[in-house]
Amino acid sequence: MAVQNQADALVNRIAARTPGRLALQARGLSDRAVAWLFIAPTIALLLAINIFPLIWAIRLSFTNYKSNLGRLPIKFIGLANYANILTDADVWHSMQVTARFVVCSIALQVVVGFALALLINRGFRSHGFWTTVILVPMMLSPAVVGNFWTLLLQPQIGPFNYVVSFFAGVPPHSFSMIGDVELAPWTIVLVDSWMWTPYVMLICLAGLRSIPDYIYEAAEIDRASQWRQFWSITLPMVLPFLMLAVLFRAIEAFKMFDLVNLLTSGGPGSTTELASITLKREAFEKWRTGYSSAFAIILFVTVFGAANIYVKALNRVKRR
Amino acid sequence: MTASTAAHSVVESSPRAKAVAGALVVLYALVSIAPLLWIGATAFKSPSDAIAYPPKTLFRPSLEGYVNLFTVRTRQTPEFLASLPPPQTWYDKLVRSRNMVIAGPSKVVPRFINSIVIGFGSTFLAVLLGTLAAYGFSRFKVPLADDLLFFILSTRMMPPVAVAIPIYLMYRELGLTDTKTGMILLYTAVNVSLAVWLLKGFIDEIPREYEEAALVDGYTRLQAFRKAVLPQAVTGIAATAIFCLIFSWNEYAFALLLTSGDAQTMPPFIPFIIGEGGQDWPAVAAATTLFLAPIVIFTVILRKHLLRGITFGAVRK
Repeated sequence: MAVQNQADALVNRIAARTPGRLALQARGLSDRAVAWLFIAPTIALLLAINIFPLIWAIRLSFTNYKSNLGRLPIKFIGLANYANILTDADVWHSMQVTARFVVCSIALQVVVGFALALLINRGFRSHGFWTTVILVPMMLSPAVVGNFWTLLLQPQIGPFNYVVSFFAGVPPHSFSMIGDVELAPWTIVLVDSWMWTPYVMLICLAGLRSIPDYIYEAAEIDRASQWRQFWSITLPMVLPFLMLAVLFRAIEAFKMFDLVNLLTSGGPGSTTELASITLKREAFEKWRTGYSSAFAIILFVTVFGAANIYVKALNRVKRR
Repeated sequence: MTASTAAHSVVESSPRAKAVAGALVVLYALVSIAPLLWIGATAFKSPSDAIAYPPKTLFRPSLEGYVNLFTVRTRQTPEFLASLPPPQTWYDKLVRSRNMVIAGPSKVVPRFINSIVIGFGSTFLAVLLGTLAAYGFSRFKVPLADDLLFFILSTRMMPPVAVAIPIYLMYRELGLTDTKTGMILLYTAVNVSLAVWLLKGFIDEIPREYEEAALVDGYTRLQAFRKAVLPQAVTGIAATAIFCLIFSWNEYAFALLLTSGDAQTMPPFIPFIIGEGGQDWPAVAAATTLFLAPIVIFTVILRKHLLRGITFGAVRK
């Protein structure tokens, strides 16, 4: 009996000392605790892999650190890196190349993608199958595909020039899509659009399908022309979708590295040297870590700022 | 209703308009798929056919590309080859006909395994963390939820090369450079933003009544999550997992900058499949075909969820 009492006392003592955790397990955790328990691991991972390195990069951007010469003392040089980047002609050149690439490839993808969506939306036979076929390129690895495009675009052994030659009548070896200074910037736009036009198309298609039939029926009763219907109904109703597609594509195009690195690696000369490629050269070939960190911060602020402004505009369109 | 009255419907296009639209779309589809078919065909060309001038559309199929992809070969003198015992297998014979012998397996299998391990590892972790976080954001009042969600998304806006600079230094300190663990962690962090956004959308669509019923029945929150929510979210979780897998599978920039051997995946490896004098195009094409085929299959499986996946759940059908 005494033993039993002792055991009871022990249990009580343990229970009293057990912190809320076990007690809660019996009753179930409070909602608030569950919420944090569920969200915390994700936030912790992002802090460790994204935010901590970002802060480190900000710190490095004020130094002359070179990561291949790790033992040299790190010297703080203030805003010198930023000043150098913003006055560096090469950096401005690569920003211009990037801007042209972003604008041209998105323009092409929007026009072709929207047109394809309009055609598919007419609902011809087996359109589902052909839509899937069209979607395949955008799911593939840009690097692996970009690497293979270099064969397709070879002036003499690749089929691309022969196809152009067949339709345009110029000799197939008279131009090189990758090697010619005037053509290379268009080549990266073309291959990027080959991959990503389906993306714009798919989002536009969702926009077109969201337009209820009765709006067109009403327009028909009012004897609005097809042209008028397109401008007054189709386009405004698809616009929020289109703007979303442009937002996602713009961010991706601004980040572009893999496809172009394998296709032209910035050449010929520096005609296709996008910001990411310049950054890779500075950081991983010249090992100017401090300088490239500053460049990375500038790129991040640019894309983040632009995206924020754009999202505000998008919300205004949506509300209309 | 007869066909002639259907043609006058306002929303339904006329048969002719449909036919024209169909023809144009099919034309685009064929043109856009042609480069992929060319890759598949090049994999079955002999090295000389692959770089023939002008390019060949008709050729005698050969498995040399696949053999070259999986083996390392050395060139030998005809005298040495004559002194060898007769070739044991068809691929030995094929290689000997080029005055070479097989010296051993190539690195393609380990690289492929790296792609699989890193792909599945990071997918599993991202979906696990993403499901929990998405449930948290979907069902509870989290302070600053919108800001946190935007923060999670914004980690995806940085160019990968910019992210790689500090990660490179951090991994060097931690000894994670060129390790599968390092790559799995990095890809998990990138994928988790997609997983949270997609899964939040899927979980938002599950009626709360199921959990409330479970809670009334005396289940705890965690039990209700496991028994009432998870079974309903299976489709969404599967779709999300495939999207994460595709990202990890396709990723190139991090893999190029942070791995060099042990943890290298296929995308940075494939461009360096070289033969005598430049890229060995049939072998590159063979690797590309093997690497891309699973993704083509996944695209077909994912069709219904594709739109959601590529817009982070912003557009749902």
